[in-house]
Amino acid sequence: MSDIVISVRDLTKRFGDFTAVDRISFDVHRGEIFGFLGANGAGKTTAMRMLCGLSYPTSGSGSVAGYDVRTEGEKIKRHIGYMSQRFSLYNDLTVGENMRLFAGIYGLGAKQTEERTVELLDRLNFSSERNTLVGSLPLGWKQKLSFAIATIHRPEVVFLDEPTGGVDPVTRRQFWELIYEAAEAGTTIFVTTHYMDEAEYCSRVSIMVDGEVRALDTPARLKQQFSAESMDEVFSTLARGAQRGE
Amino acid sequence: MRGNFLSFVKKESLHILRDKRTMLVVMLIPVVLMILFGFAISTEVNNINVAVVVSERTDGISDAVERLAQNDYFTFKGYISEDDIDPWLRSGKVGAVVVFASDFDRRKEQAAQGIDTKPIIQLIVDASNVNTAGSATAYLQSVLLGSASQQAMFETRMLFNPQMKSAYNFVPGIMGLIFILVCAMMTSVSIVREKEVGTMEVLLVSPVRPVKIIFAKMIPYFAISCIVLVTILLLARYLLGVPMTGGVWGIFSLSLLYLMLSLALGLLVSTIATTQMAALLISAMVMMMPILMLSGMLFPIENLPKFFRVVSNIVPARWYIDAVRKMMIQGLPIVAVWRNCVILLAMTVAILGVSLKKFNDKLE
Repeated sequence: MSDIVISVRDLTKRFGDFTAVDRISFDVHRGEIFGFLGANGAGKTTAMRMLCGLSYPTSGSGSVAGYDVRTEGEKIKRHIGYMSQRFSLYNDLTVGENMRLFAGIYGLGAKQTEERTVELLDRLNFSSERNTLVGSLPLGWKQKLSFAIATIHRPEVVFLDEPTGGVDPVTRRQFWELIYEAAEAGTTIFVTTHYMDEAEYCSRVSIMVDGEVRALDTPARLKQQFSAESMDEVFSTLARGAQRGE
Repeated sequence: MRGNFLSFVKKESLHILRDKRTMLVVMLIPVVLMILFGFAISTEVNNINVAVVVSERTDGISDAVERLAQNDYFTFKGYISEDDIDPWLRSGKVGAVVVFASDFDRRKEQAAQGIDTKPIIQLIVDASNVNTAGSATAYLQSVLLGSASQQAMFETRMLFNPQMKSAYNFVPGIMGLIFILVCAMMTSVSIVREKEVGTMEVLLVSPVRPVKIIFAKMIPYFAISCIVLVTILLLARYLLGVPMTGGVWGIFSLSLLYLMLSLALGLLVSTIATTQMAALLISAMVMMMPILMLSGMLFPIENLPKFFRVVSNIVPARWYIDAVRKMMIQGLPIVAVWRNCVILLAMTVAILGVSLKKFNDKLE
């Protein structure tokens, strides 16, 4: 298996005259936490949808977990995990039922499902909540649970679309600990975020402006390159030149 | 990947079972409607208050009034004077007044022999409710003249529903309505809910084929509808005494087809609506109204203006209700309503095709 998990070359998506994603290229390595930043409307979501096999690229090429985004979308879906910005578990099902549902969706057998459920609950210290309805959990817990469920089938890559929206700083920190744990275990993390302090936690960060990747490097080197104090400054400098509005 | 389909069906069933209130409503609505339409609401004429005006009480008149008083449909309120007619009708004390001609007995004889052709009884009826007035008049005529003259000319026989029970007529209508309510409304709301909440997004990123998600959703609602169907049929047969001589299996099979059609409609609505509220409104306004107005449930299609008669052809419930009515009341076998079956089948296929296509297009 190669060390490069996501590889993108000149990936482009046009909607009519509008070029949402304009010839982006980058590689993401195994076990990396790859921050995918950009203002609203910069083309993040469209790019991510192409990588998840939900949207067909207009031109360019890309592969995720070794599968071609143009031709093997269905296979990609089986090897990635996804957590959306909106909380997306079922509130009227219990913690255990949600886990069983997604395990079933990803084709895990009964024995494997039980093993993974116990393992994940144990890691989250959630074992006592297995039969609790998800709807009655606090938001921070729900989000951690969402992440755990996104990794239930041990995907090679997990896509996190603004996973920490609306969560307090303490829970966010706890959430990032989970992300680190997963990355150390060899799972590649592809994360979009609005919080610039979170960008600092990433191994490498790309910043999209007007459909193009304008900067890509480790947070430290980006700050050096733009002679900025924080990622916030780096981002503001780049985003200021944006042509597209919100 | 059969495993993931089953886990979906299970999940959908859990959603429904957990939502006890909705479940209860779905199960109770048919029962309530059946009882309501079967007993309370009826177009039959019952308990009409009738007063009589005479100049002298002859034997013939007493006979006629006696028959009137004995009849279940009428309540005899007594003899009144001519001056009372207007105030009694106005105040609603009576719904009809019968005025006998002065030499009733003699003229009735002559009328029977065909000598005298002038009216001998005047009926003054409160026609503020047209239906009631119409039926009351018809009943009164037959009751009052009961004997000889009229019956000699016509022999009327009411086929299929000899007691003219309106419940018979309503059962097929209720069925046409209920299944749209349960299947179309509930599936569309449940699909749209996932879009609204955001869970649909996660499902679409998963390896499950979208079509599977949809079909998994339909199965539990289909099951519930089947329970509702059996409930309705049992109530119709044993509580309302609808004959169903045409065989219950024909009605059952046709209803299954109609269920599928309703599910397809629900899917179609879900591809149009973006919020649960919109899905509810579309189901209620766009689907319920035509069923109530244009399906023959309440108003006979033959009585509709030309334009609406044409429009009614595209209302699926119209064909379903018509067929069920024929099978349930006239006792025809399912083969006799093959035309309705074919039309419903074609509609199901068309709606399902369009909505699946729309659903897939939306994903892109």
